[in-house]
Amino acid sequence: MSSGGNASSLPLVGGMPEPTIKELSKPGRRAFNYPKLDVPEEVIEHEAIKTEKAPLPEVSEHDLVMHFSRLAHRNFAVDLGFYPLGSCTMKYNPRFADWVASLPGFSNIHPSTPSHLSQGILEILYILEKYLIEITGMDYASFQPPAGASGELTGLLIIKEYLQRKNLNNKKNIIVPDSAHGTNPASAKMAGFNVVEVSTDINGLVDVKELKTLVNDETAGLMLTNPNTGGLFEEEILEISKIIHSVDGLLYYDGANLNAIVGVCRPGDMGFDIVHSNLHKTFATPHGGGGPGSGPVAVKDFLREYLPGPIVEKSDDKFSWYQPKYSIGRMHGYHGNFLVALRALAYMKLLGKEGLDDLGSYAVLNARYLASVISKSLPLAYAKPCMHEFVATVKDLKKSHKIKAYDVGKALLDRGFHSPTIYFPLIVEEALMFEPTETQSVDTLDDLSETISIIIEDLKLNNQNLNTYPKNLPVGRPNELIPAKHLTVNWGDFELLEITE
Amino acid sequence: MTEKKYLETHEWFSINDNEITVGISDFAQSELGDIVFVTLPSVDETFSKGEGMVEVEATKTVAEVYAPMDITISEVNNKLDSEPELINSDPCGDGWIIKGTIKELENIGMSYQEYESFIS
Repeated sequence: MSSGGNASSLPLVGGMPEPTIKELSKPGRRAFNYPKLDVPEEVIEHEAIKTEKAPLPEVSEHDLVMHFSRLAHRNFAVDLGFYPLGSCTMKYNPRFADWVASLPGFSNIHPSTPSHLSQGILEILYILEKYLIEITGMDYASFQPPAGASGELTGLLIIKEYLQRKNLNNKKNIIVPDSAHGTNPASAKMAGFNVVEVSTDINGLVDVKELKTLVNDETAGLMLTNPNTGGLFEEEILEISKIIHSVDGLLYYDGANLNAIVGVCRPGDMGFDIVHSNLHKTFATPHGGGGPGSGPVAVKDFLREYLPGPIVEKSDDKFSWYQPKYSIGRMHGYHGNFLVALRALAYMKLLGKEGLDDLGSYAVLNARYLASVISKSLPLAYAKPCMHEFVATVKDLKKSHKIKAYDVGKALLDRGFHSPTIYFPLIVEEALMFEPTETQSVDTLDDLSETISIIIEDLKLNNQNLNTYPKNLPVGRPNELIPAKHLTVNWGDFELLEITE
Repeated sequence: MTEKKYLETHEWFSINDNEITVGISDFAQSELGDIVFVTLPSVDETFSKGEGMVEVEATKTVAEVYAPMDITISEVNNKLDSEPELINSDPCGDGWIIKGTIKELENIGMSYQEYESFIS
């Protein structure tokens, strides 16, 4: 194997579980020293001042570094192996973008700095806005939303505000395909809309006939990602857009799958009125660990005044902040996660127009190649050629050999590949969803396909128990039930958990 | 109490006079995997045939339990609030989900044998 799937290249650190940092804590240990007090001491008396010690772990700097390094070494990462997690765009993030974001002029500037002293920062957001609207076919953008789901909520709040201003108060329904990301219906609900589900037809596309029966005066809009979550291009998108616009509804584009179409086609040209882009996915910021991300929302001209403000304006070669007239308000402190936006601009500059024009095509080429080789061992859910990702299923293997998608994912981890997305989209049984992205070589794609075929063949022949996978990793099958049943977000609650289970 | 009948949507039901008991099949619970949460309806709530009455949340997905016929809820299995895993361990017994009254008895559903061949 030449790349990706080489389990022995993963650092297999010890067999002992890593203690929590609380268990490493010893009273009095510190990872820092305050400088000597060189001003007169003053006693502050205020009711907010606490008398008890803050319950923080007390560790030395070396203990701290070792602890988190050990955890990091047990984790699978984009920089260690192939990470074909569908719907997540886990591509390589060039170090160049990190370097740019680490420059002190960017990383040390305070967001309250007045605009006449931070013209460069405003200019960066201005240029990125121009690039982003060129890529998506929109007119204006706000960089406040810090993630995709926040972008969705922003878009829906814009729709709501817009409809209210137009006195279209009967419009309460947001239509969402049954294959959509779970965040779509959740965002629609959070914004106060009813969710109406439209089915996927046998080819994996929005059932346009059914859509027509669902659309009426109460339709506020439609949320769609194109290509959809099955990795298929919604060919009837112009018709869909016409149907929604015919009742004065708005079209929202979920940018989760933007990576498939960059440089090829644009949501704005498909008829979408609002688009969010996941800068961290499509434009290269390491993600998946909970942030920071960036989900800027771009809109057509007629929705500009509803954007979360302030946004950047340019006049007479000067950049300034502008608060849109009917702005839905803030979605984040200050201007969103600026350094993620900056990385996106660095990445775009690095690729140049030529590179960006190829981005979507290469992502699709890789996915189609991988689909064609994997389909020799696993049937695909849909017959149509895929875009940047595709869905395979072990439905039949489950019946004949009791192989589950979950087991295949775990067996792959054991052989040095991250699992594809499993059990999504929900409408495909025992789904395995692969997204190779444009940054993998053909050798890596071959490795993955070969490994899958070995896993499946091995299992069919020997009837072995996949439940025992992974065998070679420091962490095997974590208990997924306990954290789902008991939401414990406080560090102190862990002991309590161990007692209950 | 009648024999259990099964639906294509993987509920089972049995009927005693005009009272119906509904749960999900062993096959359904094994497909869902570990169940972590069950959203139960309130007593006296009414559902028409085919309407979603209950949400069963597993670690990987959420499934709905549909009303086999027009139902007014008379009792819910409150044990499921703290022990949703009863549906995994005893789907056709202690893991029952709701009871309700029906106005009209409909002759629907598959026998166990029919359901078995339906799922295999």
